[in-house]
Amino acid sequence: MNLTVNIGKLKLKNPVMTASGTFGYGEEYSEFVDLNKLGAIVVKGISLKPREGNPSPRICETSCGMLNSIGLQNVGLKEFLKTKLPYVRKYDTKLIVNILGNTLQEYVKLSEALDDAGVDGIELNVSCPNVKKGGIVFGTDKKMLAKLIGKVRSSVKNSTLITKLSPNVSDIKEFARMAEESGSDAISLINTIPGMAIDIKTKKPKIANIIGGLSGPAIKPIAVRMVYESYRAVKIPIIGMGGIMNSEDAVEFMLAGATAVAIGTANFVNPMATLAIIRGMESFMKENGITDFKKLTGGLRC
Amino acid sequence: MSRYLRAEIIENSPVNKSHNLLILSSSDISKNSAPGQFYMIETASSYDPLLKRPLSILKQKSGAVHFLYRIKGKGTERIRQMKSGASVSVLGPLGNGYPLPGKNITPILIAGGIGIASLFPLAEKLGKNAYLFYGGRTKEELLLLDELKDMVKELIISTDNGSAGEKGTVVDVLKDYLASQLSALSSQLIYACGPSPMLEAVSRLAAEKGIKGYISMEENMACGVGACLGCSVKTKKGYKRVCKEGPVFSIEEIVW
Repeated sequence: MNLTVNIGKLKLKNPVMTASGTFGYGEEYSEFVDLNKLGAIVVKGISLKPREGNPSPRICETSCGMLNSIGLQNVGLKEFLKTKLPYVRKYDTKLIVNILGNTLQEYVKLSEALDDAGVDGIELNVSCPNVKKGGIVFGTDKKMLAKLIGKVRSSVKNSTLITKLSPNVSDIKEFARMAEESGSDAISLINTIPGMAIDIKTKKPKIANIIGGLSGPAIKPIAVRMVYESYRAVKIPIIGMGGIMNSEDAVEFMLAGATAVAIGTANFVNPMATLAIIRGMESFMKENGITDFKKLTGGLRC
Repeated sequence: MSRYLRAEIIENSPVNKSHNLLILSSSDISKNSAPGQFYMIETASSYDPLLKRPLSILKQKSGAVHFLYRIKGKGTERIRQMKSGASVSVLGPLGNGYPLPGKNITPILIAGGIGIASLFPLAEKLGKNAYLFYGGRTKEELLLLDELKDMVKELIISTDNGSAGEKGTVVDVLKDYLASQLSALSSQLIYACGPSPMLEAVSRLAAEKGIKGYISMEENMACGVGACLGCSVKTKKGYKRVCKEGPVFSIEEIVW
């Protein structure tokens, strides 16, 4: 039974990774998950300088999902390289670092430093809805995105370059194609969808930033659709995510065109969700006589 | 022993119309916990509600943990509907808990509403050294009074509408006591848990009087293990996670 998949130069032992921002720096979940068993760990988004994050309340639950506006609170590049990176490196899993810059130069600096530090993958966060500068500004403007990926591409030698796409665009295919043409080794989608919720008693927004990113099972059909559309538009591998709660959901994303999947909000519901999903995928293979998981990708019949 | 486990519901019974007592048992459940720690409790096997809910530990007995909770929203309503004998997944004990006072220090506990659940095990531990100020909006919000009365040196209850104990907020009552009955005490330490406006008022009063202490904070929580950064509160040293560095913080640390 072969669960390995390839994302650019990366060979993952299985298609299950963690979604950035939902798994801390790996350490937070090491009590519950044998990190060696994961295909890859995608750590919380890193910026050049530490970020304080947004005021509280930062999250609220909505029907079958949750809104968050953390504001990319993170320790910054220097501290990440010093303490967080060595921790994950103790484990036999691939390390992908999600990065966010205010400017194009910041993305370049971050990716150069992380490439030099030998991380396996760099995921460009051009889709965070919760910060004012950078991020989604690049992710929703095709020309800006192309320029950004081009610049980062020429400064990254060894790491696999992944672009995380925003669902907040009218045509995801165009952005997927733009990422491919500009030199991205893979794309990951979807990031959260901007949403809001109001407390009708106090008439106040339920999160302090008013608008936050919606995640969880509520967004899964949108994510599956966008993976399906992107798969038909590009040849580079797709990392699918958005409300994956169990192995059936993961298989669904693969049928739509994902080569690998990332688990996000499900970690909050069940800290061992990633492992349960890997086990469930193995059972699915056995039950259906599948020997190579890669063959599921894009297997949708219609 | 994993902190993520399945436990059996031994009891889930109403204390009054808006509060329930939940008792969970499992051979895998931690035998120890510190006053002020909490568990995340599964709310439903479906996706709505989705996230676990944090409940303070009321009592820790061998192999069983007791929780007192207020039915406030969708999550706690679903917990209320769970039947004895059913099994739920839980995560805990989580958080830091209250640091204990040094010798010759008089602990003053201040509970607002369901905040009593978090302070109950501390009151039990401190026993006859402690003063407990316990306020609610109405008489119905004041629970476990008989047990508490025997536990602490003095129990002072209050209600906003005057239906039981002194009339006024728990902080107003505390203020009066600090100026009268408690004015002779040389060193006091505050422990408070309750709604945010109460904690803010307690913090201001403590700063005014130069009394140190600890408060247990509440925020919406997703993961409970420090990963999502959703429950962070602003402190003088930047944002800190209620689930990990908290829920108990030094009283002067929080930025209101």
